[in-house]
Amino acid sequence: MEHVAIIGNGISGITVARYVRKLSDKRITVISAESRHFFSRTALMYIYMGHMKYEHTKPYEDWFWEKNRIDLIHDYVTEIDTESKRLTLRNGPAVDYDKLVIATGSKSNKFGWPGQDLDGVQGLYSLQDLELMEKNSRDVNHAVIIGGGLIGVEMSEMFHSRGIHTTFLIREPHFWGNIMRPEEGALIGRHLNGHGVELKCNTQLDHVIDDGNGRCRGVVTDQGEELACQFVGLTAGVHPNLDLVKNSAVETGRGVIVNEYLETNVPDVYSAGDCAEIRTNPDERGRVEQLWYTGRMQGEALARTICGERTRYDRGIWFNSAKFYDIEYHTYGVVWPEDREGETSMYWENEAGDKCMRFVFNQEDRCLIGMNAFGIRYRHQVFERWLADNRPLEYVLTHLSEANFDPEFFKHFEADMVDKYNQMNIGPKVTLAKKKKLLGIF
Amino acid sequence: MAQADASLQLVPEVNPYTLRPLRKACLVGFALGVLLLAAVQTGAPYNVGWAGLILAIVSSLVYIFDLRHDGPPGIKNNGIMHSGALSRGAWGWFLGVFITGFYVIVYFYPSYVSRLIEMVDPLKIAVSGQPGVSRNEAGEITGHSQWFFYGFLYTLSILVMGVRAIMKYRHSRYQILRTISVMAAQLFLAFLIPDILMRLNEGRGWFAWANIWPLNFYGFEPWNLDNLWKNAGFIGRSAVVWAVASIILVTPVLTYFYGKRWYCSWVCGCGGLAETLGDPWRQNSDKSLRAWKIERWMIHLVLVLVVVTTGTLFLHYQFNILGDLGNTLKKWYGFLIMSVFAGVIGVGFYPIMGSRVWCRFGCPMAAVLGIIQRYFSRFRITTNGGQCISCGNCSTYCEMGIDVRYYAQRGENIVRASCVGCGVCSAVCPRGVLNLENGPVKGRFAV
Repeated sequence: MEHVAIIGNGISGITVARYVRKLSDKRITVISAESRHFFSRTALMYIYMGHMKYEHTKPYEDWFWEKNRIDLIHDYVTEIDTESKRLTLRNGPAVDYDKLVIATGSKSNKFGWPGQDLDGVQGLYSLQDLELMEKNSRDVNHAVIIGGGLIGVEMSEMFHSRGIHTTFLIREPHFWGNIMRPEEGALIGRHLNGHGVELKCNTQLDHVIDDGNGRCRGVVTDQGEELACQFVGLTAGVHPNLDLVKNSAVETGRGVIVNEYLETNVPDVYSAGDCAEIRTNPDERGRVEQLWYTGRMQGEALARTICGERTRYDRGIWFNSAKFYDIEYHTYGVVWPEDREGETSMYWENEAGDKCMRFVFNQEDRCLIGMNAFGIRYRHQVFERWLADNRPLEYVLTHLSEANFDPEFFKHFEADMVDKYNQMNIGPKVTLAKKKKLLGIF
Repeated sequence: MAQADASLQLVPEVNPYTLRPLRKACLVGFALGVLLLAAVQTGAPYNVGWAGLILAIVSSLVYIFDLRHDGPPGIKNNGIMHSGALSRGAWGWFLGVFITGFYVIVYFYPSYVSRLIEMVDPLKIAVSGQPGVSRNEAGEITGHSQWFFYGFLYTLSILVMGVRAIMKYRHSRYQILRTISVMAAQLFLAFLIPDILMRLNEGRGWFAWANIWPLNFYGFEPWNLDNLWKNAGFIGRSAVVWAVASIILVTPVLTYFYGKRWYCSWVCGCGGLAETLGDPWRQNSDKSLRAWKIERWMIHLVLVLVVVTTGTLFLHYQFNILGDLGNTLKKWYGFLIMSVFAGVIGVGFYPIMGSRVWCRFGCPMAAVLGIIQRYFSRFRITTNGGQCISCGNCSTYCEMGIDVRYYAQRGENIVRASCVGCGVCSAVCPRGVLNLENGPVKGRFAV
């Protein structure tokens, strides 16, 4: 029986394992040094905040793996020998494979800041990082977070839940500036301020100050300002974890280089998830996708390929989501940090300034290109269909109520958005189509 | 990377959440109020008890209103898993034993709360016109009926903790309206109206309007329906019509349109207590597949028992057959299911097994509603495309122990017999993936 070995039990590795099992009878082994069982990395923050315990973050009960004949090895792979198709483990016996999946995930970025390795300075990616954070934040009353992005805001929310004050150092002029536009960034910035979080925009870290005992006692910004703190969160992005692969025959660039089928340069060796760099054109820089969703989709596609049905990884219409304290964020399609050539956009914000929408559309044919929603839930499938069908903005606005996904009895803002659109005079007038309600109630 | 798992220190050594001094004072005030109530039983004047009751209520409300300092509206489940009282620590077990013990006393040994029953008797007389304390001709007390006292505390708990639920879920209009609904249903339908109607009816027959057979086991006994029909005038006849129509007409129709939530989390008294008093412990329900298997056996077994028991009683009443079997079944069903299971275990085990032990494992009405909801209903929880991040908040905070995430991460809709439609999975989801919806029956399981 063919043996599929998977290094890494994150969402990508586990999705490969689950789908290989669905599609075949192959022997499957998943090796992880991080945890014995699969858990949801995205839920790490909730463990710290006391919303959940570690066991709640495991999507499958522990018996699931044996029942589905997925062998789990809790060990660290020290060497990949692609010649003899053998993995050397730190503690246990070596593992021979027929097909190998590298899904080793990411590591937090460190940009060579002086003091970045002091105690109390860390990123947040793994279970061990969380453990370290639990230790490092024991007597902390102020934390400085470097980088205004998703992990940063999670870290800030974690500290906030324990009454620890946080200050962000953000390189861009507003929050998550490499992704978000100024209006959205300002909205989130206001919301963070409302929670008592301080944002220092256009500011970068210069160095971390040593307290003399190898622990941080503050930071100095590139503006020369000194901020006292007992914890420094490094959340300026992540990069592929190549510690294991770089000494093997598998080619690496920024990540493990794979083609659209997630195949590496070595036959029978594949890679998926955060650590993979997908090159569609061998001469171009590939793309690294570090999202839960893309990890899952890559895992599904790769499982098919491994089971003999060679499948191109197609991420389909782009989507992503996040939550900034109390404000949920969804994006469908592509919204760049500023309008690209031929694009234009419509922005709407409610009076309270805690919900907003952005529609990016093509100037010429008025087709929707992407949307951002903050504080209002919209249906994924409906927007996916509209984007696939190249619906113009006026069609989208007319039918917007159909896509609303907020719970029953919530206040609706679609009419307000349509009013704003009509006032803007940027296209044919729109009348909002009424959503059919059963007995006029639900 | 180190060998992890077992040695991981993922919980803080010391609970990092310290209560604000005001909240500490409120807890002390509450405990003092309970002690003053206990003092009444040992001989203190009734007014001491009323003072204790008011102290306990005011302390609770001050604590609840102080929750607004936890930040802007939104889900704030911070520290729940670090709190022993909320996650089966020593305080959780203490509370479980305390509530269970209190229920055993109120249900089976009311003489231990006799003076508390006397204390609230003027209120009972004001509402129903009849005393709960019986006296002989010399005016000496000869017996106590604990049920008004119990109903009074029950309603009070739903009202006070209902304010808490509204405060906690104030970002969600669904939660606010639903909580107001269970508070009003308990106060009026379950507590005041039956007594007031009996008073208008000059004491001829009592009927629990908010409960529907098979949950309303006692109300549906043949002698009771017969008495209501023959001797209790228009109100009595209305009660009989409602008793029958509520289960054969209203229940299937409303459940078809809205799912079992129209009853379980909007009207029902057991559900009302679970959603208010029980809300702080909702996360303690067992989510394992094993628990689900046990649940399906138990709840349907209870349904069979109540059908057999009520049926036997009717056969005996109508045709005088089967001898004493009906009464024997009734005695055991009443003791084991209605008192021990629904009452003592149903509420007493909140801190240990979550707030819906009875609703999930026992309630025959929930079984009936569940069958309709599973096979003949427009209700489902919709999953929003592929946006689930498998974090587990939905499953953790499902009081019915449904592994919501199992469906959500597959992009499947959730169509489960046990779902009471409380909407908390949708509220706690950090990615807005879940929504309670009524829609066409066709394709309701679909992605």
